[in-house]
Amino acid sequence: MNIVDLEHEFMKRIKADQKIEPKDWMPEKYRQTLIRQIAQHAHSEIVGMLPEANYISRAPTLRRKAALLAKIQDEAGHGLYLYCAAETLGVDRDTLLDELHSGKAKYSSIFNYPTLTWADMGAIGWLVDGAAILNQVPLCKCSFGPYARAMVRVCKEESFHQRQGYEILLTLCNGSEEQKKMAQDAVNRWWWPSMMMFGPSDENSKHSAYSMETGIKKFSNDELRQRFVDQTKPQADILGVTLPDKDLKFDESSGHWKYGEIDWEEFNNVIQGNGPCNKIRLKHRREAWEKGAWVRDAASAYAAKKALKNSESKQVA
Amino acid sequence: MVGRMSTSSENSKLNYILHLADNSLILGQRLGEWCGHGPVLEQDIALTNIALDLIGQARYFYQYAALTDNRGKSEDHYPYFRGEREFKNFLLLEQPNMDWAYTMARQFYYDSYCFVMYTEMLKSKDEQLVSIASKAIKEVSYHLKYSSEWVIRMGDGTEESHEKVQNAVNDLWEYCGEFFETTQYESEMIEQGIAVDASKLKEKWLRSVGEIFNEATLIMPEGKWFQTGGKEGVHTENLGYILTDLQYIQKTMPGLSW
Repeated sequence: MNIVDLEHEFMKRIKADQKIEPKDWMPEKYRQTLIRQIAQHAHSEIVGMLPEANYISRAPTLRRKAALLAKIQDEAGHGLYLYCAAETLGVDRDTLLDELHSGKAKYSSIFNYPTLTWADMGAIGWLVDGAAILNQVPLCKCSFGPYARAMVRVCKEESFHQRQGYEILLTLCNGSEEQKKMAQDAVNRWWWPSMMMFGPSDENSKHSAYSMETGIKKFSNDELRQRFVDQTKPQADILGVTLPDKDLKFDESSGHWKYGEIDWEEFNNVIQGNGPCNKIRLKHRREAWEKGAWVRDAASAYAAKKALKNSESKQVA
Repeated sequence: MVGRMSTSSENSKLNYILHLADNSLILGQRLGEWCGHGPVLEQDIALTNIALDLIGQARYFYQYAALTDNRGKSEDHYPYFRGEREFKNFLLLEQPNMDWAYTMARQFYYDSYCFVMYTEMLKSKDEQLVSIASKAIKEVSYHLKYSSEWVIRMGDGTEESHEKVQNAVNDLWEYCGEFFETTQYESEMIEQGIAVDASKLKEKWLRSVGEIFNEATLIMPEGKWFQTGGKEGVHTENLGYILTDLQYIQKTMPGLSW
């Protein structure tokens, strides 16, 4: 088959909602789009471990400490599935990590904000994981098989994280004045960065059209953002916290909550590396990788020695 | 009906349980520092698993301590509201992570001890301890397998890894003597068949550590002088900093629910 026919067949399968598998023919652009998106997603999971890891040593009860550890461990697991999904497209994990460490690859801008109080563990679970779920649930049905399957498990765990975060905030909001203030302050700081997690507005999203066309993306950035606002506002009311948007109001005619303008200048700056924590997050990732080099070398050297011994003993036998 | 224990006996039992709880907690706390910073994703996940097991063990022991203490305290009272001189963990466990070699050497020495200790604890006359030990022994068997494999990998890996892990086991050796000392609170509990007589475990421990060192091409440290005091609440300078972090929120805003 020539390339035109192959492309035609590929699009026919996409339209019929069939999954594309790693060994199937796919357009180079589809492959590259997926590699970029899955890698960004994987990087977001492992960089995302860092802001929450700040509070492992300081969690206020042993139950909270265990839950936080388990949650961050889940994120490492998500990173692992996603790197594996990317590997099925012919790019290895070390190459992707090099791109993260050199600053070439991006990750979700949200993780460039600092975690300043215990309430941030609640706000991250509720808002950040909440936004992530809205982005990820449609991915369970995306056109690329390994990515879709990885997302099924990821979404289950994320929804557990979200409830856990909400429960942290609920406890604070039912607590002392000081705790309520702490919860409100965390929501104030995490609200807008969470809104930015859905990416640029539809008219400015350069990758969206192709992703929609090839079934990687099922809903537009703005559609998902609207869902997030509609879902979150009533939950905020139950907590008794306000969302820091003076323009937020219910629109009877559309049945949606209208929200104010996002500060795109801040969004673009954080993406370009100017967020409050971009440098420290990358520094920690790089350090972990560089300090781990001799450990990885030792493991491969030992594995090679062992393999050699095994093959020698087989020959003798 | 079994007669009520004397007050001193109750104190001894509480101290013994707290010693066990503090060991799990302090090592779990140290391992938690690695989360997000491991040398490779798979090991990050594995180490967090061990940290989670240890925090879980600590919680069982603290809950049992609260029961024994009988003052209506919660499991969190003991980790969050005691001072440096009241913690009874081994000195080894509060030593800093340093690098993968030190972390694994510390883990390996302790896992080797825990394996023989929990195996003995299964024979305790105290049902609660037996039940915690029977859960812990499963976890510890896995921890020991994991840390042994890393000691071997590093010892018999590259020249660099060999040197690093040899230095680590040498440096941490002086903190292992404490495993086999008997405090006053333990003597009383050993007499009643409750506590493990760790002084009798040294040979077993030496043998199992020696076997792994042999496979790892490492030399067994020979130091005869050991640091001591952790079990009695006399610690290294590290513990104060660990507790500062651990207790920060509870101490800043006491008496609240979290």
